[in-house]
Amino acid sequence: MAMMTMREALNQALREELERDENVFLMGEEVAAYQGAYKVTKGLLDEFGDKRVIDTPITELGFAGLGVGAAMVGLRPIIEFMTFNFSILATDQIINSAAKMLYMSGGQFKIPIVFRGPGGSAYQVSSQHSQAIESWYAYFPGLKVVMPSTPADAKGLLKSAIRDDNPVVFIEQERMYGNKGEVPDEADFTIPLGVADVKREGKDATIVARSLMVPVALKAAEELEKQGVSCEVIDPRTIRPLDVETIISSVKKTNRVVIAEESHPFCGVAAEISAEINERAFDYLDAPVRRVSGADVPMPYAKNLEDLAIPSVEQVVKAVREVAYLD
Amino acid sequence: MSKQAAPTKSRVKAEEQPGAAAAVEEVTDHIDPAQLDEEHAKQKEEQKNRIEAVDRETLLKLLYQMILIRRFEEKCAESYSLGKIGGFCHLYIGQEAVAVGAISAIRQDDYVITSYREHGHAIAKGVSADEVMAELYGKSGGCSSGKGGSMHLFDADVNFMGGHGIVGGQIPLGTGIAFGSKYKGTDQVTLCFFGEAAVNQGAFHESLNMAQLWKLPCIYICENNQYGMGTSLDRAMSLQDVSQKACAYELSSEFVDGMDVLAVREAVQRGVERARKDYLPTLLEIRTYRFMGHSMSDPGNYRTRAEIEKYQQRDPIKLFTASLLENGVIDQAALDEIEGRVREEVEHSARFADESPLPDPKELYTHIYADE
Ligand SMILES: Cc1ncc(C[n+]2csc(CCOP(=O)(O)OP(=O)(O)O)c2C)c(N)n1
Ligand SMILES: [Mg+2]
Repeated sequence: MAMMTMREALNQALREELERDENVFLMGEEVAAYQGAYKVTKGLLDEFGDKRVIDTPITELGFAGLGVGAAMVGLRPIIEFMTFNFSILATDQIINSAAKMLYMSGGQFKIPIVFRGPGGSAYQVSSQHSQAIESWYAYFPGLKVVMPSTPADAKGLLKSAIRDDNPVVFIEQERMYGNKGEVPDEADFTIPLGVADVKREGKDATIVARSLMVPVALKAAEELEKQGVSCEVIDPRTIRPLDVETIISSVKKTNRVVIAEESHPFCGVAAEISAEINERAFDYLDAPVRRVSGADVPMPYAKNLEDLAIPSVEQVVKAVREVAYLD
Repeated sequence: MSKQAAPTKSRVKAEEQPGAAAAVEEVTDHIDPAQLDEEHAKQKEEQKNRIEAVDRETLLKLLYQMILIRRFEEKCAESYSLGKIGGFCHLYIGQEAVAVGAISAIRQDDYVITSYREHGHAIAKGVSADEVMAELYGKSGGCSSGKGGSMHLFDADVNFMGGHGIVGGQIPLGTGIAFGSKYKGTDQVTLCFFGEAAVNQGAFHESLNMAQLWKLPCIYICENNQYGMGTSLDRAMSLQDVSQKACAYELSSEFVDGMDVLAVREAVQRGVERARKDYLPTLLEIRTYRFMGHSMSDPGNYRTRAEIEKYQQRDPIKLFTASLLENGVIDQAALDEIEGRVREEVEHSARFADESPLPDPKELYTHIYADE
């Protein structure tokens, strides 16, 4: 085990996969000479050269589509978006091309591509730069969507995403790049896509959380422990395919669920998980499923408003107390 | 940076246009001081000729606005390091002549739209420094009520149509605003500003095509500061002469020296005339340079000290001040008086921003839909 930041863990995963397979290349804005806008790609240009680590113009739709085309002929592109807000410009190629190519070609063209970069809120960067859009991508059959919450998960999942033969949308969190954690040393450490992780065991209530909300849920669980409520924290890690089984077995044990997410609630991932629970474990529920989501508003700039828009430990604690009928 | 082909001037009677003169040079670590002096002298000579065509009041106003924006931005840098401004903060230092010169060529009821590097454009268009600073502080007295921040200044009262954060996103919007003027039959024009890196987005090309196809009164102003974040123009653009791209859509275009506020003003005046009279679009490539990092969090080590200093020598404010002094338009006392007034205005804006209340928490849920 080695202690490292999320940023370093992602960097290792990229390095190892570039090393492992010549068909892997990395492309995006400022990924090479500048060493990455958030330094995730630090050192890779020096190591692999400008054939494989490529700075692009600001042309998101163009280089995303280029990546899909390259994947059609056997390359394995990693396309970095400086942030996922800018992937919105590339959604045409991600959704209309990458997601459907295999299906509409009757199985002839697989698209082994990774679209990655930070998503969600940063610090006071306002409405156009603070969006959590995982539910958009998760909506489309053909795309896989991954959101790691620890350095180890980040490394293991990114390596699997790069090796996967499907288009994978891999969403990191800008606020979490500096978070530290233990990462296994094994040369070929990977984590399979589609498998949830129980981040904390408990018996009274289940908190399902992803990405930025995992540390928030863990803090809430600590606080609730002091109040005599034992919480299980489940991180799906992969949004699609979603490991519903792990969530359902936890619900069958605790009978109470809170789902925390940074994104807007409407048509969101928590809504989907809630529907799955209602369909599969309704009889086990002792209280309605509760969501704690980001405020249903564009992200404001002002610090005091931004703080109100992002779910807090207090909100999660309150929601758990509500489903446990303690208040 | 690699040497670029000397850009052609305007395609609209290029020979006749003094404003189309351009200074393009090789940027290396080894800059020849003699050559630099020569270029500088030439630039001053050109500016002198232009000064004679403009009244004193206008000249003083241009100088005041440029100095105001410079000092305002310096204050922003200070407030940012004190934590009073958050998020991304992109300063305009070095580029003042572009916004000031361009906006001086339009009427108050004309429109301006631009990117996230827009403090200067907002002030030049008439948004008060107080309201701009309060916005940067995330206060309720800000021009976007504290909700937009540095990248999203808006002021409907002066037709300042916003700071936009997605590179290239404002170009179709500017096109649409111009479409609106033509549709309604007004003679208002739109100045649509963007950086040179935005030219690589499809939005730029789609917009120019529509603007010429439908004859829309929009002046597209590419502020070519030669870098998009850490990427120099030559590493991101195949044809680096932006003004030439107008050919593909049959637009009129010009290449302009963005360190000369009067050259900018004259070029925009020509574009405005075409737009107002004949609903015709124009593309202007205005060559400039940003003296600071891309944003407050960019250390900017992709440029050499020598390169930055070279451009600082042709600082648009220094150049204009020197020309005005040499031509006897102002004396040192007048200059001091301007600096004094500017200092007061900037200090006032910081005080106003400090004292302005935070947005009410209820504001989180306002302005989502129009019918509330
Ligand atoms: C679509 C999109 N991609 C990437 C970014 C991140 N970004 C912000 S500014 C910038 C550089 C833009 O350069 P340029 O257009 O030349 O304008 P300048 O900053 O030089 O004024 C980048 C890459 C963004 N805001 N939007
Ligand atoms: Mg630029």
